[in-house]
Amino acid sequence: MRSFQTSNAPHMPQQISVAKVMLQVLLALVPGILAYTWYFGPGILVQILLATVFALLIEALFLRMRGRPLKPFIDDYSAVVTAVLFALCVPPLAPWWISLVGMLFAIGFAKHLYGGLGQNVFNPAMVGYVVVLISFPQAMTAWLPPVTLAEHSIGILDSLQVIFTGQVPIAGSWDAITQATPLDTLKTGIDSGRMISEIRQSPLFGDFGGLGWEWIANWFALGGIFLLYKRVISWQVPAAIIGSVILLSLPLWLADPDSSPFPLQHVFSGALVLAAFFIATDPVSGCVSPRGRLVFGAGVAVITLVIRRWGGYPDGVAFAVLLMNMAAPLIDRYTRPRIYGEKPDGRDKKNE
Amino acid sequence: MSQLSPFDLARDAGRHTHHFHGGLKLRHNKRISCQTPVERPPLPDILVVPLLQQAGDIARPLVEAGDLVLKGQQIGHCQNCVAVHAPTSGTVEAVEDRLMTHASGMTGLCVIIRPDGKDQWTRLEPLDHIADISPARLARQLQECGLAGLGGAVFPTHAKTLDGHQRQVHTLILNGAECEPYISCDEMLMREQPGKIILGARILRRALGAERVVIAIEDQMGAVHQALAYAADCAECTQITVVKVTTIYPEGGERQLIKVLTGLEVPLGGRPSDLGLVCQNVATAAAVAEAVSEGKPLIERYITVTGNGISRPRNLLALIGTPFYHLVDACGGYTGNVARLVVGGPMMGYPVSSDATPVVKAVNCILALTDKDIAAPQAEMPCIRCGECSRACPATLLPQQLHLQVNNGLWDEAEEYGLLACIECGCCDFVCPSHIPLVSWFRHGKDMLRQRADEAQATTLARQRFEAREVRLLRKKQARAEKMAKRKQMLQQKTATAQQTGKSAKGPEDA
Repeated sequence: MRSFQTSNAPHMPQQISVAKVMLQVLLALVPGILAYTWYFGPGILVQILLATVFALLIEALFLRMRGRPLKPFIDDYSAVVTAVLFALCVPPLAPWWISLVGMLFAIGFAKHLYGGLGQNVFNPAMVGYVVVLISFPQAMTAWLPPVTLAEHSIGILDSLQVIFTGQVPIAGSWDAITQATPLDTLKTGIDSGRMISEIRQSPLFGDFGGLGWEWIANWFALGGIFLLYKRVISWQVPAAIIGSVILLSLPLWLADPDSSPFPLQHVFSGALVLAAFFIATDPVSGCVSPRGRLVFGAGVAVITLVIRRWGGYPDGVAFAVLLMNMAAPLIDRYTRPRIYGEKPDGRDKKNE
Repeated sequence: MSQLSPFDLARDAGRHTHHFHGGLKLRHNKRISCQTPVERPPLPDILVVPLLQQAGDIARPLVEAGDLVLKGQQIGHCQNCVAVHAPTSGTVEAVEDRLMTHASGMTGLCVIIRPDGKDQWTRLEPLDHIADISPARLARQLQECGLAGLGGAVFPTHAKTLDGHQRQVHTLILNGAECEPYISCDEMLMREQPGKIILGARILRRALGAERVVIAIEDQMGAVHQALAYAADCAECTQITVVKVTTIYPEGGERQLIKVLTGLEVPLGGRPSDLGLVCQNVATAAAVAEAVSEGKPLIERYITVTGNGISRPRNLLALIGTPFYHLVDACGGYTGNVARLVVGGPMMGYPVSSDATPVVKAVNCILALTDKDIAAPQAEMPCIRCGECSRACPATLLPQQLHLQVNNGLWDEAEEYGLLACIECGCCDFVCPSHIPLVSWFRHGKDMLRQRADEAQATTLARQRFEAREVRLLRKKQARAEKMAKRKQMLQQKTATAQQTGKSAKGPEDA
């Protein structure tokens, strides 16, 4: 006779963990980040590193303040994912304290004040980004032109100098090295009454979106397809966002091609592809039901288009995601999947 | 298709197969226990026969310490459940509380029998004329023979049969889709005893008044299809179909199998007979055949003894009441460092704390797992709502929401989100990256919901009693008031007449 320890089912090794999920997300971001570096120089790598360091420090600080164990939560890479997504949204030459403030609000406020991992209502990276975007508009315009168009190439040392000291390395001013983004150019152009075909004459534009940007978007999409294949994200959110953007911008473009960008220009501009695969798919702050995820994605698309066309900012993806985060619980309430054996109208239980 | 009623669709069972939502493709690990024919282990030194072997009532013991019992003799009687029998001949050593074969590790009344080694049968009473047995007679025989569902739920077979007969089911489904990894006892039974299964199917079909039998097996069970098809090739075996279903866990679950075979869903809170179907395990059908044609009570069953912790994994024909260690010894003993001993499969099975636990009717597998088979327990993390659980859920639930609701005591929401439809298959547990023991939470939540329903019912009853009492008291009061009024009236009348007569006669007092 022998005795044994008992424990919960399943009595089989589980293959997956939160850390593995987050690592897969990070892995899927690598091609897009490499493309970013290729087109816009190494500034983005500095930003990623900065944000990651601040994110981990602030994560540790808040975990300590909340009296939670550090190891399982630092090891889960969720803070790193937030940091990388944030860094991908800020200009490559943004000053170092942008990352600090952004991560303080992303990790400290949006995540830990709401209860930590899994409890946040809003997407932490987007909260951090929107806080710095609204608070420091000047610092958030330090965008670079693609390397091929740049008069002065900004290497790693130059990037570090600009980010940490704010000193422009080359004789001249900010204007000599920075450049408005294609979406910005488009918005100011339309606002000043020029036609899109005219605006697109600028060398900043590529075949669909901005020069360079469209290829970065392609690489992010490739990473997103990897996540779909690995079942880390579900197809509903990216399909709904990209599908809705195309469907909704098509009639506007057909009606007025001079002041409405064509659908694929919308898709390949700004952060749309990144958001469709990596940001709006954040499960914690999104919808849980498959139908709810479709509604969520469509909502992100509608708000983004509205802000791009009528709003005060050239891109609206971050605001769109945050606004839909607010709506997610309500959407979930009305999109619960039909339970096995439940009648289609879902009312049979009430009648009993 | 839209004109077809659910019944027509259900009649179509097995022509095509359908899909159910979610589920998992698991490594089935079944081959290791299917290499040798099923053996009967030697008689154990001691048999511990629990008197409670299914949900519901416990059987009343018919023997006491010191009694001699024969093999197959009834030792426990039960009005609402099924009888319990002595698995072999010997002496009753005690009738006392022992550790039962149950997830909770609770104790219960057991009959402890010391075998005399003669294995001497009591007189059995088979039923003749299989073609003419009335449903009621069959049900009595099944109850007397202790028949209960051998798939694991151990629902009394006679009750299911009578219910099915009353509700005029048209199709009997025999479930041979043994979807849990490692378990192969049904597969071995179908390979070795297909004739008994077919005979049992015919007996049950007649009793139910059903037209058809569909036997569902998994597509990875090589020889089984042929064996069953061969056994079903007889004059009386028309309308018996063997259907291969794709191996995906948990399609052996009754509701999932019905969906796969018919495309229909058993209504929430309903039963398969709502669709004109009855589902029985193949092993139950074989036991029905033995109970009817030989009068043999349910005293033994096929059990898979397997896992990397067993020297020679195999299937055994084990007596009910045999301690697990005896079966493990019959398979060459343990190897390596056995970390966990599980009753059932790795997904839905429960671990036991001791291998002195006895075999009961519900035990289909004893699984000895080594350290390597069960990864070190990983720390539970908060839910990140990734939704893997709802993708895997065969009941189309949202386990991530249910977990939140149960955790926070939001019982109304949990009920609305279908907590009671959870079949506890463990798919969500298996895929959860945060390693949350979801099914444990859901069991707790279901208990709470049932408790709440009971309380609500008790409150309703109490209110009804109170209201009835109020009505009764009111009626009494009214009756008394009426009576008083009547008496008063009579008295007044009396005095009135008395006065009148007094006036006219001038009574003595007035004078």
